[in-house]
Amino acid sequence: MSPLGPDDDPDRLYTVTGGRSRAAGSRFDLVTLIVAECEPAPGMQSEHVRILELARRPTAVVELSAALRLPVSVVRILLTDLLDTGRITARHPRTAARAELPEPDLLKEVLDALQRL
Amino acid sequence: MHSNVSDGAAGAVLEEDVRAPLHQSADNGLKIVIVGGFGVGKTTMVRSVSEIRPLNTEETMTQAGVGVDDPAGVEAKSTTTVAFDFGRITINDRNVLYLFGAPGQERFWFLWDRLFAGTLGAVVLVDTRRLHDSWYAIDRLEAHGMPFVVAHNDFGGEQHTLEQIRDALDLSPHVPLLSCDARDRESSKQVLISLVRHLYALAAQEPSA
Repeated sequence: MSPLGPDDDPDRLYTVTGGRSRAAGSRFDLVTLIVAECEPAPGMQSEHVRILELARRPTAVVELSAALRLPVSVVRILLTDLLDTGRITARHPRTAARAELPEPDLLKEVLDALQRL
Repeated sequence: MHSNVSDGAAGAVLEEDVRAPLHQSADNGLKIVIVGGFGVGKTTMVRSVSEIRPLNTEETMTQAGVGVDDPAGVEAKSTTTVAFDFGRITINDRNVLYLFGAPGQERFWFLWDRLFAGTLGAVVLVDTRRLHDSWYAIDRLEAHGMPFVVAHNDFGGEQHTLEQIRDALDLSPHVPLLSCDARDRESSKQVLISLVRHLYALAAQEPSA
């Protein structure tokens, strides 16, 4: 058991999410790209403000999680609020839901990019 | 009940986050997962090829009653926290590849579906001093039907041939196995290329729909 850090404080996580369960955010993949559709407004929850600032350019859920220093599941709940109120849009990965192998064309693009590294 | 599973430098992420923004038209995130035991060089490999300094985050999962034997019946819940790090490689204007360094320990696999559904494939990074660390990861990847390659991070020291490593891991002949130096960009890049070539070969084998 490691000591709880400030970011692990259950009270903080409860406050941030308004005590909601994590089920709500399950539609966001780690690599879903989030795009802000508005500027932060006065009175907004600080985490929402931060997300809208970070997502002026497309930003993956996992990058938001790292920047906010909040577990992915908590960020997913915050994103649900913003999505439901039209403040963000979400660009979901096209391969996420499928079990089969990715398209050869896509693999070719990945391969080309890796070879250019 | 807090447990941390990571060999990444948790908490070492600096606030100054030098952000390299994605292209405005980016719309498809891809995933590759690098799995391996503690200290095998996952973070090093991510750093070698990533266009951003590796970042660190975590996911938590509450399991009711799993592994808990509480006769009093009070709060029979345990929270598992899995920390992982990641980097990224921009593929083109629309596609961006995220590389995740993830621990291969048992409890991590509870979170596999939540975190890594839709992953293109995995790299199992192995250290010949602790090959047994990799057995479980290989077993789980096979169980998930996740294509993977095995990369031996060569720390120097006692030399092993790839055949010896393949035997020790009981690895089937069709799984690519190669040696690498995770500190080296070119070498790490070749590991990723071998994975994508492997995926390409598997896709070509599939009967066309």
